[in-house]
Amino acid sequence: MSDADASEDAAPPDREYGEWLDALADGDGFALVCPAGHGSLPPRRVCPECGSADLSRGALDETGTVETYSVVHVPSPGFADDAPYATAVVDFGPTRLTGVYREGGDAAPDPAVGDRVTVDAGERVTDGERLVVFRPADGETGSGIER
Amino acid sequence: MTDVRVAGVGLTRFGDHPERTGRDLFGEAALRAFEDAAVDRADVEELNYGNFMGALAEHQGHQAPLMAEAAGVRCPATRYESACASAGVAVREAVRTVAAGDADVVLAGGMERMTNLPTDEVTEGLAIAADDLFEVRAGVTFPGAYALLANAYFDAYGGSREDLAHVASKNHANAVPNEYAQYRKEVSVDEAMDAPPVAEPLHLYDACPITDGASALVLVSEEYAADHDLDASVAVTGTGQGTDRMALGDREHLARTPAADDAAEAAYADAGIDADAVDVAEVHDCFTIAEVLALESLGLFEAGEGIAAAREGVTTADGDLPVNLSGGLKAKGHPVGATGGSQIAELTRLLRGDHPNSEHVPDAEVGVAHNAGGTVASAVVHVLEVAE
Repeated sequence: MSDADASEDAAPPDREYGEWLDALADGDGFALVCPAGHGSLPPRRVCPECGSADLSRGALDETGTVETYSVVHVPSPGFADDAPYATAVVDFGPTRLTGVYREGGDAAPDPAVGDRVTVDAGERVTDGERLVVFRPADGETGSGIER
Repeated sequence: MTDVRVAGVGLTRFGDHPERTGRDLFGEAALRAFEDAAVDRADVEELNYGNFMGALAEHQGHQAPLMAEAAGVRCPATRYESACASAGVAVREAVRTVAAGDADVVLAGGMERMTNLPTDEVTEGLAIAADDLFEVRAGVTFPGAYALLANAYFDAYGGSREDLAHVASKNHANAVPNEYAQYRKEVSVDEAMDAPPVAEPLHLYDACPITDGASALVLVSEEYAADHDLDASVAVTGTGQGTDRMALGDREHLARTPAADDAAEAAYADAGIDADAVDVAEVHDCFTIAEVLALESLGLFEAGEGIAAAREGVTTADGDLPVNLSGGLKAKGHPVGATGGSQIAELTRLLRGDHPNSEHVPDAEVGVAHNAGGTVASAVVHVLEVAE
């Protein structure tokens, strides 16, 4: 295999999304923030709220608050072996994130609005694809990233 | 600007037609619309056709010329795609074209073929109306997205699964006499409550079925209707459209649908009416919670009040403001790309007095149709009025 082939194989699709997930996995989760404080997720050329092209990386809060959730029983094929699983929308400061909520061990996922969670990159049970995963934040809020 | 009249409407029966091609379904709906309109096909100047997932379901892109053939018209033909609002936006552009005087006769509608696919592939197909990177890959399904809205609503305003079950029961009851409906059977509140979960808090009877079907409308200018002595008593007097952030989590409200607020405001302004004038409504109840959100966006109920409307009997067939007398997407069925046209067809029949449920709205003069795409990142609202 030539070097050119190797680099093509290595090139991830949806590069900016892949890089954003990498950052999340490294504990450096971020949003793109404009001077007005609107947060959004990459890739962005301008702020989707106000059109500002002056975007910089802003760190996500270390813990977020569950704003809504659902336990999904009928999955799409990519989540066939994950079901039942919980999805949640969580406020992390500059932006909200949508992801799968998991509790440790064999506990059935049972989130509630207002729960404090941390965020990480995890894998789908079904096929190992990476995804955004929330876990309950231990103890006091703002206690740091749980792994 | 001219008034836009509904000269004719045509529907297929909504339901299981796994063996029938999309072109045959739309051809049937168009044939019925032309029969109803008594308009010469040769006078059609444009075809606006809605379809969402034809590339997945039938391996068929570029459907508009195919559907022009199926309808027997030869004119500029365009496919519109806005997920579940595909036919709504197709009709809206037809209304604007006629209102602007750019055409006297436009054929509009849509088609979706879904039951030929396995359920998991339909689930996957519908999910792509959400943000692929930040929602679908995070496990959001179409029912799952509306479940997120439902729990956000419950948290913000209260309400319960039982309130939603009353929406399901109401719409199933409305579908019983409708010859075009997929499920013409009553479902009790208890049956809805006992059904298995799909995405909590939504259970089986909170969800619309998987449906094949097509809708077609012949829209004409007021002048054309007069010149040809058409029986076209219903006018489309207002149209409005709204757009929101694609991903639910990026919205200003998780328990409201601002795109539909915008669409309703624009449609009411276009028609010169306010929400108080509405006598009957067909709204996008792909899930029971969606009907609640629609009623509030349309200004028919205050935020937080729509949840009780079915339970309290306000929106039932014999209530003050009947909603989804067709059976709604919930029981009539939801062939995604046809639904927006179907709602206008049903409202037209209700206002003309030739719908099996017209007896519940004998004096209705103003109807409103609400069609939503995705988790209401797209919304289209039309106002229909009895013009003569």
